[in-house]
Amino acid sequence: MVASSKRTPLTFLVHATVLFLVVLWTIPTAGLFISSIRDKDQLSVSGWWTALSTSEQRLVTRAYEPKSQVQQGDRFVIRGNLLEGGSGEIARFGFSSLKPEAYAVGDVAEMKKGRTLQVNANGDYVLSSPTEWKGSRGQRIFYTAEVPPRFTLDNYREVLSAEGLGQSFINSLTVTIPATIIPILVAAFAAYALAWMRFPGRALLIAGVVGLLVVPLQMSLIPLLKSYNLIGEFFGVGSKTYVGIWLAHTGFGLPLAIYLLRNYISGLPGEIIESARVDGASDFDIFRKIILPLSFPALASFAIFQFLWVWNDLLIAMVFLGNNQEHLVLTGQLRELLGSRGGNWEILTASAFITIIIPLLVFFSLQRYLVRGLLAGSVK
Amino acid sequence: MADVKLTHVKKIYSNKVEVLKDINLDIKQGEFIVFVGPSGCGKSTLLRMISGLEDISAGTLEIDGQVVNDIPPALRGIAMVFQSYALYPHMTVYDNMAFSLQIAKVSKDDVDQQVRKAAEMLQLTPYLDRLPKALSGGQRQRVAIGRAIVRRPKVFLFDEPLSNLDAALRVATRMEIANLKESMPDSTMIYVTHDQVEAMTLADRIVLLSAGNIEQVGSPLELYEHPANVFVAKFIGSPAMNILPCRIEKTGEQTEVSLSAKMSVTAPITTQASEQSKAAFFGIRPEDLSVVASEEEGFLSGTVSFIESLGEATLLYVQVPGCEDMVIAKESGTLSIQRGEQVHLSTAPEKMHLFDDNELSYRR
Repeated sequence: MVASSKRTPLTFLVHATVLFLVVLWTIPTAGLFISSIRDKDQLSVSGWWTALSTSEQRLVTRAYEPKSQVQQGDRFVIRGNLLEGGSGEIARFGFSSLKPEAYAVGDVAEMKKGRTLQVNANGDYVLSSPTEWKGSRGQRIFYTAEVPPRFTLDNYREVLSAEGLGQSFINSLTVTIPATIIPILVAAFAAYALAWMRFPGRALLIAGVVGLLVVPLQMSLIPLLKSYNLIGEFFGVGSKTYVGIWLAHTGFGLPLAIYLLRNYISGLPGEIIESARVDGASDFDIFRKIILPLSFPALASFAIFQFLWVWNDLLIAMVFLGNNQEHLVLTGQLRELLGSRGGNWEILTASAFITIIIPLLVFFSLQRYLVRGLLAGSVK
Repeated sequence: MADVKLTHVKKIYSNKVEVLKDINLDIKQGEFIVFVGPSGCGKSTLLRMISGLEDISAGTLEIDGQVVNDIPPALRGIAMVFQSYALYPHMTVYDNMAFSLQIAKVSKDDVDQQVRKAAEMLQLTPYLDRLPKALSGGQRQRVAIGRAIVRRPKVFLFDEPLSNLDAALRVATRMEIANLKESMPDSTMIYVTHDQVEAMTLADRIVLLSAGNIEQVGSPLELYEHPANVFVAKFIGSPAMNILPCRIEKTGEQTEVSLSAKMSVTAPITTQASEQSKAAFFGIRPEDLSVVASEEEGFLSGTVSFIESLGEATLLYVQVPGCEDMVIAKESGTLSIQRGEQVHLSTAPEKMHLFDDNELSYRR
């Protein structure tokens, strides 16, 4: 105690390392979030770390068409604003794509045939010509603008509605919540029985559960799907339904769930359970009133695992749920977007952030149980 | 309220290990019985068999005249207090005590009345809303006892209830248990301990177990004054009784035994003529030995090889020529004897014990 309260160089090293790790873990998430709320034009020209500074954009616009010209004395004038009411400041401008930054604001650019172009910092421009402007299209004006940072939820609005991410979000929840609750319920019962009830073949069952831990799930995909097809045919329903994927996730999650929970529950003091038995409690009473409340940390920690695992799963969803819009989960949707909207960073970052928001919430609300539940069972 | 009767009770584990061999015991209603014995003697197993937490391999267990071998713990009319208290950590003191009644679907008012009565009795009323983790060890133990009381059992079972408490608290709680027994004179209590002080102070009768057998059953003073065999003699009393191998020289109403070539002693214990010249064991308690001035007055002589001064008493470890083990003498107060000094020890003849070569007492 005395030694640890002293600030040794090692303490500083530890703190520095922790800080480093925290920063290392936080930066990508923060970057993703900031990118997702930036204006899509700004996002495409600069990184998220410049989000708070004004960005320099090279833009081109067309001046008003010749029909809006006004005659002032002997000159024909077209007036307008490059920024069209938006905020920002013009630094340089030009009229040729070869020299887009030829003139500073305030200068008068001499064009051909005695025509002139003047641009002010606030975007006001004056095109002036000794002869009448002709043609149907306006003069092109190139300019470099300093645009202040702009944050928007438009990206989210777009992905949630137009890109179908909202539906996928619901689909993901529909898959994940039952696929988390069902295995926990089953596993808690099984774990209690395997830990505290005496029946023949118990050791073999435990060995079987441990054995199932090492079965790769890819191996069982085809047999499972075949049996689903068979059963679905028998009942006259499709094989790729939510019930199917719930059962699949339950099956794949159960061995680990039973193993973890059994370790925890068998570590509970036996005298408590014996005491309850003497008090007249049946096995179900003991399970419900003693075991369940006491193993809440273990249940919560497994719930986090199972939730994150199911939420992030792509393979099982692809195999057991199919690709149509009403079944597509978030991971699947994200993969589709990568293909179809690969260049649209604002779409991708917003989608990605929507995908990670639930895992983050789950983690932060239950994280204290995560560590406790993981340690429990291993250390008595 | 209930007698407990064990007839030829055995416990054999699946690997053929016999941990309890033919236990016969008759416990009367209202008795305070203490099972005592060294670790691993089977005393806790016996208690757990009475409670129903362990199966009975052979023999019958009767509570209140009814054979309860196959009746589950809850229906045997027993309540158990565990060594680790075994409180439900997520429930308040009130809920801990009410648990068994709620399971039994007793009406809410009755539960409340019972719990408050028990809490009153154990001075737990201010703590009813606390969780066990907010209580001290002694309070936890009282909650465990309260949990037993509310069930109104015929038989209370205590499994080393004091061994998790510190020394001071142990004495206080011991007295509380004694008071509890006094306030409930009709209930039978069975108490397991390895601590002989607890056994001596609490018990009406002590059951001394060793290696799965009952060595002796009797009141604390019976066991102290008339141990049935060498094991009991050595187990009861601290420091343990001195046991010296000897040979019977003269039989009759007064038996003369020789401890070594030079030393012999006559004890007022009757032996048969057939015992003549047999090997035997002579026993004398350290507190019954006293230092005397001359060799003629004493019957044992030797050199002091070690002295332990406890303040209230002094322990002398005396090396007697011809004896393998050192003889321990306990003198009250402090002594001016130095290490290496020659001392002579004497005793009152009626304090002597004599055991035959099977370690059984001649005084039967």
